[in-house]
Amino acid sequence: MIELPPPKPETLAARPRLIAGLRALVPEDGVIAEALCLKPYETDGLAAYRQVPLAVVLPETTEQVAAVLRFCHENGVRVVPRGAGTSLSGGALPLADAVVVGLMRMNRILDINYADRYAVVQAGVTNIGITDAVRERGFFYAPDPSSQLACMIGGNVNMNSGGAHCLKYGVTANNLLGLRIVTIAGEILEIGGTHLDAAGYDWLGLLTGSEGQLAIVTEITVRILRGPEGARAMLAAFRANEVAGACVDAIIASGIIPVALEFMDRPAIHACEAFAHAGYPLDAEAMLIIEVEGSAAEQDDLLGRIRAICERFDPISLKVSQSAEESAAIWKGRKGAFGAVGRISPDYLCMDGTIPTSRLPEVLRRIGEMSESYGLKVANIFHAGDGNLHPLIMFDANDPESFHSAETFGADILKLCVEVGGCLTGEHGVGVEKRDLMPVQFNARELDQQRRIKTAFDPDWLLNTAKVFPLKPDIAHAA
Amino acid sequence: MNAIAPEAEGEIADVIAEAHAHATPLALVGNETKSNAMLRPVQAAATLTLRNHAGISLYAPKELIIAARAGTPLAEIEAAVAAEGQQIIAEPPDLSALLGGAGQQTLGGIVACNLSGPRRITAGAMRDHVMGVRAVNGTGEVIHSGGRVLKNVTGLDLCKLLSGSYGTLAALTEITLKVLPASEAVGTVVLAGLEAERGVAALAAALGSPFGISGAAWLPREAAARVPELAAFDAAVTLARIEDFIPSVAYRTERLRAEWAGFGAAAILEDAPSRALWRAVRDTAPLGHASGDAIWRVSVAPSAGPRIVAAVARLGGNCFLDWGGGLVWVAAPARAENHAAITHAARASRGVWWLMRAPDALRASLDVVPEEAPALARITRRVKEAFDPQGILNPGRLFAGL
Ligand SMILES: Cc1cc2nc3c(=O)[nH]c(=O)nc-3n(C[C@H](O)[C@H](O)[C@H](O)COP(=O)(O)OP(=O)(O)OC[C@H]3O[C@@H](n4cnc5c(N)ncnc54)[C@H](O)[C@@H]3O)c2cc1C
Repeated sequence: MIELPPPKPETLAARPRLIAGLRALVPEDGVIAEALCLKPYETDGLAAYRQVPLAVVLPETTEQVAAVLRFCHENGVRVVPRGAGTSLSGGALPLADAVVVGLMRMNRILDINYADRYAVVQAGVTNIGITDAVRERGFFYAPDPSSQLACMIGGNVNMNSGGAHCLKYGVTANNLLGLRIVTIAGEILEIGGTHLDAAGYDWLGLLTGSEGQLAIVTEITVRILRGPEGARAMLAAFRANEVAGACVDAIIASGIIPVALEFMDRPAIHACEAFAHAGYPLDAEAMLIIEVEGSAAEQDDLLGRIRAICERFDPISLKVSQSAEESAAIWKGRKGAFGAVGRISPDYLCMDGTIPTSRLPEVLRRIGEMSESYGLKVANIFHAGDGNLHPLIMFDANDPESFHSAETFGADILKLCVEVGGCLTGEHGVGVEKRDLMPVQFNARELDQQRRIKTAFDPDWLLNTAKVFPLKPDIAHAA
Repeated sequence: MNAIAPEAEGEIADVIAEAHAHATPLALVGNETKSNAMLRPVQAAATLTLRNHAGISLYAPKELIIAARAGTPLAEIEAAVAAEGQQIIAEPPDLSALLGGAGQQTLGGIVACNLSGPRRITAGAMRDHVMGVRAVNGTGEVIHSGGRVLKNVTGLDLCKLLSGSYGTLAALTEITLKVLPASEAVGTVVLAGLEAERGVAALAAALGSPFGISGAAWLPREAAARVPELAAFDAAVTLARIEDFIPSVAYRTERLRAEWAGFGAAAILEDAPSRALWRAVRDTAPLGHASGDAIWRVSVAPSAGPRIVAAVARLGGNCFLDWGGGLVWVAAPARAENHAAITHAARASRGVWWLMRAPDALRASLDVVPEEAPALARITRRVKEAFDPQGILNPGRLFAGL
């Protein structure tokens, strides 16, 4: 279990006064303090960790966010920013002495400009909400995390979220133009704007993926893109992970960058097929979903080239979709992967490391060995083009021993990712989950360099305390 | 001036640690292709050049990753990736003709300035493809961030912060870039004779089409005349580039020509002239400038580009537009009042600028980039101190007194 810092007794003691103070800053129903109503905020997508916060505040404007942060700052109260709470790394996990600042009431789209191809939205707009707002003109917002129906753009910015189509279109960081942020001192700052390159330091780049450590983001200017003429998927199944990996290499080497290139191993194929009945080949060891874009003729051309490459690798089956419906069927299993694994095992940890793609077969072999030795099942989903691996470790939450093993197993996988030249997290963030693993990837000097940047924004370490940075030294820092 | 040119990262760290101990300012340079022209001049007792810390350290074409030490000439990296049919995604410009540097620009220099070419409009900036960095901070500590993988959100993203920090936070020693396959073919659709406003509207239509435009520029008549492939149009030109497989380029250029019918009859340029003309646009060859001119780079929302063009015309300067209208390259006599007029126009359009070339005295006395709001300027200062507490790395390069 991951340790949380002891609550500040003076904050707990001042709770009634603090709640009264917060009530003066936001509309009447914007402060939640009753135990029952706080319950929904006690956890996020990493549901094994739970902690009811001191209070939840739901501001409706940037100015209200500023007033709340100023108040918390003056009173030395910790703050946990929260979007939809879908973080899989416990990024939005509350602390007992913290005020959760929820952005869900800031859910308006403020401006859409097709000539300059941007949209200005508040932090609580859902990811899909942006695409929904521009779809009628054939535009979309590119990063598409699987959680896109629920997760919010402010959360996406803070996690630098990716999605199945980021191989072509990039992750959140590559699709932003500007931010409106509020510092812990309650100052409102404009970062970037509607132009492409910003002068001065790259605050936009630094704030993206900063996991609520530096500021609260209230407004975001995102790039919107015109969609392609069409898109189509194909499915290719192989006899071994090595073979599918070699096929991915060959596709990239041919000069084709598909919009999506997803890899599933045998357990993932079986779980998804049982759930979605997508017609996945159950005798395969590994399967690729490959999607291309363009006019019908361009799709035919690209899928023809990819098919010819796949055929060199003795595939068990190749299925090139002939229609949007067939493409949807191919994607159905993959998109339902989490739900599918959830049916086999009520509890699972979704890991998120990155590896150099050439090491995939070796990494999968070693994960298989660990799975045996821990006695826990694992299914692997892999964004093959960019090396982002999602092992889903299945466990039984009613058995503390099983949860403990799952956590240790997960940590071992992430250490393996670093050992082969990769990273602890590709898109889910460090949060509370991987906080104590940071020294595996960074030495003490490097962590201190990052801590000093955090301190430059948040001198008292009130913002999202106990996430990202290993605990002990950062408490010392705040002291 | 005292110039130090170490080969090893450890020696670079020693030099900086020593400078930190004695609070001696250091000018950090690569091959000095930009440092003597761009932004504010640095006052430093010694120069630390990264030129000798060179060489490609890793190239894994199948993983779309290349890493090289900061002093590696960019041309060497371009050649290495070209040999595998790949390219540097952001298409960084070679500004030597513009800025007057004699040597070859280095990888560290181009990343430290975050300079990108026409493909920026669709494929991101240089900073978007920096996957990992090694660097020496202002106390002489070697730090790394990111890695050699294409996706990474572990900890704060120092790769982006250090890209475009002009050597004021740390000396970049090694950079890992994402690369991509180079396209099989290039084509350009050209509209002749449109004024800036109309040209930018055509570019917006192209960029809002499903045809995957990877370059979108507008050149006034004099600028087009400086590019051999465009001179025959004898008019302002509006240019849209498509890069893809041969059949796709053929199909998409035709479709765009049809889409543009309302703007006029468009011509299509084939592969070879397209490559040449976009290289010229990338390197700012269309920008005519006299030796007494200063050069500005202005970044605005694309639809505001024509307003900057109009402001430059009032000064009798030269300019052209890239990035669909959102990047304006400007040349005008090097005078403070011209700077005031150009920056006023940029500010009025909510845009930003960089003074790219000017005599030292002028560079030292002007806001070479926009001043930050006071609260943000305080954060800038604190972040600078977080890397370089003595303020020894390129002092004053970006902001006076920083
Ligand atoms: C089923 C499922 C599938 C998923 N699939 C993907 C996927 O494909 N790709 C992917 O990248 N992720 C995925 N995720 C993870 C998660 O959805 C993303 O991390 C998402 O960006 C979180 O958004 P949120 O609004 O839920 O943020 P939250 O979980 O509420 O918060 C995330 C972090 O950001 C901070 N934060 C939130 N809003 C703000 C703000 N306005 N200002 C400052 N800090 C803020 C929080 O403190 C926290 O640290 C998935 C999660 C689930 C449950």
